[in-house]
Amino acid sequence: MTHKVLDARDVVIRFAGDSGDGMQLTGSLFADMSAVYGNELSTFPDYPAEIRAPHGTVSGVSGFQVHIGSADVNTPGDYCDLLVAMNPAALKANAKWCKPTAMILVDDDSFDEPGLRKAGFTTDNPFVELGVEDRTLLVAPITTLTLESLAESGLDKKAALKCKNMFTLGMACYIYDRPLDYIFGYLERKFAKKHPEMIAPNRKVLQDGFNYAANVQAIPNTYHIEPAKLPKGLYRNITGNQATAWGLLAASEKSGLPLFCGSYPITPATGILEELAIHKSLGAKTLQAEDEIAGICTAIGASFAGNLAVTSTSGPGLSLKSEALGLAVMTELPLVVVDVQRAGPSTGIPTKTEQTDLDQALYGRNGECPMPVIAAHSPSHCFDAAFMAAKIALEHMTPVILLSEGFLSGGSEPWLIPSMADYPAINPPFVKGTLPEGEKFKPFERDPETLVRRWAVPGQKGLEHRIGGLEKTHSGSISSDPANHQLMVDERRAKVDKIASFIPPLKVEGPAEGDLLVVGWGGTYGHILSAVHEVGDVPFAHFDFICPLPANTAEVFSHYRKILVCELNSGQFASYLRGLMPGVNIVKFNKVQGQPFLVKELVDAINREK
Amino acid sequence: MATLSAKDFKSDQEVRWCPGCGDHAVLAALQRALPKVSTALNYEKERYVVVSGIGCSSRLPYYMDTYGFHSIHGRATAISTGIKVANPWLTVWQACGDGDALAIGGNHFIHAIRRNIDINVILFNNQIYGLTKGQYSPTSKLGAITKTSPYGTVEHPFNPGMLVLGSHGTFFARSLDVELALNEEIMTAAALHDGCSVMEMLTNCVIFNDGAHKALSAPDVKADHTIVLRHGEKMIFGKDRDKGLIYDGRKLRVVKIGEGGFTEEDILVHDAHNDNIGLHRALAEMKGPDFPVALGVIRDVRDITYDDGVRDQVKDVMAKSTIHSVDDLLRSGTTWEVK
Repeated sequence: MTHKVLDARDVVIRFAGDSGDGMQLTGSLFADMSAVYGNELSTFPDYPAEIRAPHGTVSGVSGFQVHIGSADVNTPGDYCDLLVAMNPAALKANAKWCKPTAMILVDDDSFDEPGLRKAGFTTDNPFVELGVEDRTLLVAPITTLTLESLAESGLDKKAALKCKNMFTLGMACYIYDRPLDYIFGYLERKFAKKHPEMIAPNRKVLQDGFNYAANVQAIPNTYHIEPAKLPKGLYRNITGNQATAWGLLAASEKSGLPLFCGSYPITPATGILEELAIHKSLGAKTLQAEDEIAGICTAIGASFAGNLAVTSTSGPGLSLKSEALGLAVMTELPLVVVDVQRAGPSTGIPTKTEQTDLDQALYGRNGECPMPVIAAHSPSHCFDAAFMAAKIALEHMTPVILLSEGFLSGGSEPWLIPSMADYPAINPPFVKGTLPEGEKFKPFERDPETLVRRWAVPGQKGLEHRIGGLEKTHSGSISSDPANHQLMVDERRAKVDKIASFIPPLKVEGPAEGDLLVVGWGGTYGHILSAVHEVGDVPFAHFDFICPLPANTAEVFSHYRKILVCELNSGQFASYLRGLMPGVNIVKFNKVQGQPFLVKELVDAINREK
Repeated sequence: MATLSAKDFKSDQEVRWCPGCGDHAVLAALQRALPKVSTALNYEKERYVVVSGIGCSSRLPYYMDTYGFHSIHGRATAISTGIKVANPWLTVWQACGDGDALAIGGNHFIHAIRRNIDINVILFNNQIYGLTKGQYSPTSKLGAITKTSPYGTVEHPFNPGMLVLGSHGTFFARSLDVELALNEEIMTAAALHDGCSVMEMLTNCVIFNDGAHKALSAPDVKADHTIVLRHGEKMIFGKDRDKGLIYDGRKLRVVKIGEGGFTEEDILVHDAHNDNIGLHRALAEMKGPDFPVALGVIRDVRDITYDDGVRDQVKDVMAKSTIHSVDDLLRSGTTWEVK
């Protein structure tokens, strides 16, 4: 067999195995290494809700998809070029994601009779059964080879078996022409302190996997992916949850207010609380509350006391916080509420992604209760979105909902590290100094332009005042006067609407007029972008700001005959737009399967509407 | 610093509780206690924040000329917690009712106590829902006939003191609304206590549960049906101050001084600062007809507080970390240069 090294623009690799097989780690190592190598990349962890689902079953399969390339990598990819399946169940769960040209690498040792039966195969040839026998099949005895590789290492069998994923990673590195140095470095750092004895065995297995792939003569071609032509500068990898936490820390620094986060653990938002808990050196205080309600209420208390207050959650938690959101609207206190959306309703599919909380974010409260809603569109964009959410909350004295998504929370991408000097100042409307003798602070007196009230913080002399959930007058007295209620309702709404003049206008990528404008919001950005590039010459506008909409939205829409709204729900944003702009011809493309869009689905949808 | 008086803590809002409501007296005690606290601790008025949930007693912040937050039903304790953690310099007082703190807000209540967050919680216990006009509460007596229990309740009430001590509370006091001087004393002790102070005030609802605490508060029976505990003092009570509490090795007993060979020497001395929670529990659990109900500061012990813990950890990590700005953070860990 003649071995060729081919150049590839981009490739997609899907690592799949039992949820204890270390596939998340394997995938992220491959991704990190490719980032340092200079590729563009996007990742997507796809794992079950169970920590250790029944061994060898399809429900227990954990996957991690990595898309690397030299240009235009906007998504983790629809279908893969290499599927790594550590057992029959992983093959069964993931075969449908293989391109017709894909390679499939399996651990032959796990494809025994009991393994096949546990995964639900009825014949002895799983490849034929799944209709993938025509792919390039790399059937390697990975377990045996790992044990052989470590025979002299002194590790017991259990410890040795844990190194199986390194053998696989070594093989993948050979196939995609990746240097092993980064992983060697990682192993040093990871094990240096607690388990230095694990460094050498993992290194050896990784190298043996690489060598095996080079020697086995079963791999027809290997691929070289050139580094991308990226803007110059310092880069790092970042996940959505990490970027969200860091964006909030950035807002804390810019506003000069300590960050307080009151949250209750919930998938897939927990990473934000965990990340903030690490960064006490930047003054962040985290409170793991007794429940979701305490999460938001401690945050509201912290906001009253003058902190930048945050609560992070996912859909079911947002439901529990609804009443307190109303309190924050009524008291006009700044607060950032991060909702990392997951598949619902109720507990739904906690580890899967969706955009189904938009209605809840916009409307899910009693009374007339308007609140700004912002959405993040990529893992790294979570940083800017969180920063903006905090800036709007603090400068406009309002709770703000930041919508993230399961897809963004754990997904990662390389990020050109910004400098904080390039971020705007945050200036909350604090009352400065003291009031003239005899004058009382009027908490709901408003700036005539922005309708924003001023912020007097407990501890400030002479500004004692009371706020609460009861309707008040501008001076802060309780009032059930009909005309006053109407006035306050109108002003709270208008205050939120006026934020439109403080946010960037909606931008269109592509022709400024035409028949069809493709529209999206949130984490579908990369998929829609890839789809419009593939179709070619189709204008695309993506919304980061949902409530209020950018001021030029209606104007932009007026240049197109038809607006195609693509979203991972049954049409919530489309309905919202229809309600605000009744004359506009809005059509929609939706999917509610707990999975991101496939670029192909979007391409088909756009072509149908073109 | 100018000396503060009760008047400084009165707001310009009209007090709208029913005439004869026990809440008036508790408010008056608080307005008298805070000037003393301010003098004792050198606190300025702007340091006080009064928080409440929803219910009759939760209107209290509007009547105090301090920073105030009238929040939502049951959540006062969570709001107070956030305020105290955000700014430990502030001194936080909380007004909440039995339904507010022990039913809808029960979870926040026990967790604030468990964390020992340094807030002062006044629990107005009138054993009824007043603002919604007369439904039974988690402290209503078994069999209580109310609008939602026309045939009597079939559920046992909480003893708030047992809930506090069961959560390993560091401060618990109990009193009657009418005991103005004692309440001032309790509130001052609560303010001086570093940690979560719970003060149960047995209040009378003249409209929906009039006389609920009559067996304790009526002038003719009060001295025999209650005992005021003070740290370091003998546990003596009764109209003629001739009854006392002893511990017979297994349980508390009421004895008559001068009878059965018991002298004043045998009577227990109250030790509110003893960390051993057993006797405090027994005291908090006492009820008629065999025992007097304990009033005063039953427990007041030192322990680490949550707010101090949070603050110290932040300081500690700040001192050790190499990350002191967001720019440092962004450049930490694995990065690479694209040239």
